[in-house]
Amino acid sequence: MSEDKIEQVAGAEEPSPARLIGTLAIAGLLSGVIIIAIYLVTFETIKENKARELRESVFRVIPDVTKMQKLLLKEGKLVVSYEEEKGEEPIYAGYDESGKFMGYAIPSDGPGFADTISVLYGYRPADRKVIGMWILASRETPGLGDKIYKDAKFVADFDDLAIEPPIVATKKGKKKPNEIDAITGATISSVAVVRIINKGNDYWVSKLPEPGSEPVYIEVTPPPSEAGEAKAQ
Amino acid sequence: MTQKDPKLLIQPGPQLRQQMTTPVVMRDVWYALTPATLAGVWFFGLGALLVLLTCIAGAVLTEWYFAPEEKRGYFLGDGTAILTGWLLGLTLPPALPLWMAFIGGVVAVGIGKTMWGGMGANIFNPALVGRAFLLATFPIAMTTWTAPGDFFTIPSSVFALPLMQGVVDTVTQASPLGLMKFEHIDTPFFDLLFGNTSGSLGETSGLLLILGGGYLWWRRDLDWRIPIGILGTAMIFSLILFIVDADKYPGPIFTTFSGGMLLGALFMATDPVTSPLTKKGTWIFAIGIGILVVLIRVFGGFPEGMMYAILLMNAATPLIDLYTQPRVFGRELDSK
Amino acid sequence: MAKEQHAYEEFMKGLWRENPVFVQVLGLCPLLAVTNSAINGLAMGLASFFVLLGSSILVSLLKSYIPKQVRISCFIIIIATFVTVVDYSLAAAMPVIHKELGAFIPLIVCNCLILGRMEAFASRNTLRMSIADAFGMGAGFLFALVALGGVREILGVGELFGISLFGPNFEPWVIMILPPGGFITLGVMLLYFNWVEEKKNKLDKQLAAEAGVN
Repeated sequence: MSEDKIEQVAGAEEPSPARLIGTLAIAGLLSGVIIIAIYLVTFETIKENKARELRESVFRVIPDVTKMQKLLLKEGKLVVSYEEEKGEEPIYAGYDESGKFMGYAIPSDGPGFADTISVLYGYRPADRKVIGMWILASRETPGLGDKIYKDAKFVADFDDLAIEPPIVATKKGKKKPNEIDAITGATISSVAVVRIINKGNDYWVSKLPEPGSEPVYIEVTPPPSEAGEAKAQ
Repeated sequence: MTQKDPKLLIQPGPQLRQQMTTPVVMRDVWYALTPATLAGVWFFGLGALLVLLTCIAGAVLTEWYFAPEEKRGYFLGDGTAILTGWLLGLTLPPALPLWMAFIGGVVAVGIGKTMWGGMGANIFNPALVGRAFLLATFPIAMTTWTAPGDFFTIPSSVFALPLMQGVVDTVTQASPLGLMKFEHIDTPFFDLLFGNTSGSLGETSGLLLILGGGYLWWRRDLDWRIPIGILGTAMIFSLILFIVDADKYPGPIFTTFSGGMLLGALFMATDPVTSPLTKKGTWIFAIGIGILVVLIRVFGGFPEGMMYAILLMNAATPLIDLYTQPRVFGRELDSK
Repeated sequence: MAKEQHAYEEFMKGLWRENPVFVQVLGLCPLLAVTNSAINGLAMGLASFFVLLGSSILVSLLKSYIPKQVRISCFIIIIATFVTVVDYSLAAAMPVIHKELGAFIPLIVCNCLILGRMEAFASRNTLRMSIADAFGMGAGFLFALVALGGVREILGVGELFGISLFGPNFEPWVIMILPPGGFITLGVMLLYFNWVEEKKNKLDKQLAAEAGVN
């Protein structure tokens, strides 16, 4: 490549437009090749990192779970999906070692004190309870608002929480099964988390199938294109 | 403003600035603050006095350190550093660890005043700069309010080691504003008037603050338009909200007597360095603060909004001065 | 160039005398945005260092082939390529740090420090000198990022590189890990550098005066 350039340089004192465009084109081409190469090299690892992160979050919010699969709502029905679909709002179903359904992990988000808070929480339809909560992303004030995921006691409040009537954050000590203790000094963030979970429940609970008829776990991990067709019933 | 006539110079700025360096005025402000300060110390005990003195020490030491060597006596003699530390101390929680109070005093004078070029050149009220820094830095300690208690009991949090947390071992209690905002509990009017509530060191006793403000007004050290404008606007605004929904919004009396409203309106917003120079500008300044306070308190995330309201209007002051400058005699307003 | 260049001089220039942050006050966007901990500052500094070094080598090698009229575009293409390489490698190797730094890795492309070194130095000097310059400037930037991140982490959470320094009772200075803390810390550091500079100048003058008298 460099030899071409030398020939071009030797030719002209005042570079012609063609030479300028040519230089940029060569630079762009080389740059493109390098970027594609690094993309291909790292693609698998990055995808794996993302998948692992998601899996860890799901396992965190549903206790005793070792397997999971993605579910999408299609025509009012929950179906298993392996595809990367844009615009779809997936939820995740968790299963234990024997393939028994343990609960759903439902992502939901909403405004916090500083920015949008993204929450993933576990929901068990059998007794209509929230069984775990994990903050996926937030920009709450360090030292105060970030206690919504750093304060173990606050997070633990969501391990066994009735969703009817809607969850309430209280400052006077929780008494009812649908109450959690708001964090002192971070009331707004605490209330935001509760509101986000209530919003997720409003949207999802009525759309979930009857307890007992959840999608079963499909053991196979076939190539993504085929898997997308195989719908669980 | 473009000028064509070179013989007549019109420019905003220094020649209009009032000279308030006279120690006499500062002494007057000290006298005016004394009753409310004594009440604060009486209610919150000796710990509060220590917090106050540490603030003043931080402010004065910073002033001394940054003052030119040959002018130190003059810089400290006018008493502004003491006043800055004092005002800052009055806005702090009575059980604040001393090392935090000291940092507050240093920041108030260092970043709030000296950095701008010293006395008269600062844009923001130095005491409030110190408080804003402390609130953003130590949000928990700065919102831990102790209930008025025994005079001789000093909360152990006051003596926390530098960089370490203070443990408040006396009774804590949400401030009237916090109770109103988060739990909709009203505080009895007479408690607010005499200051027997939790809150910042010197802001709880409405009556004594008004007394001090009255003294300043009588001594003509204070522009009455500012406190009247702030309190009037805040009362009217909160009255409108109160009429709309009495259950949700606090009434005008509560708005006036709770939190730092009176302390801010009488002693902080009236700082001649950081408030506008013209009568019209002063009204705009005061009404702006009144509206902002109620907006922040009612619709914002914090229970108290006085500090940010004053700081925001401080920032607008040069602009207000520019647009309310009276026309020069014999000229049209927009003559070229 | 008339004056003889020393690679060591060029290196020290970037690291200290013309430190990109403390003296030239360049590249402040990533500096203020990601330095809320020492480890983030280190990662960002290393990423910028790598991009600066790679781009400097390439630009210095290709300088005679790049027509003047399109040089800035070419510099940007070269820088952007290196940034993309860093971005993907970091996402693959250190996903946690990549998530922390977020949008600021791609934004290295528009770091004026890097483009500035290409235009002002690498495109006019030999490969050897360009490498020395890139090492100096990159190390200077890295030093600034780690220093700022370190101070902010120590005061903001009481830790350095994640190691607790003051025990569990430490009262964190929340403002230090928030954006205003970045501005305040940088301001104080600039103050210190100027103070040192002023003192040194004074001393030089004094020495010169004494030498004159004698």
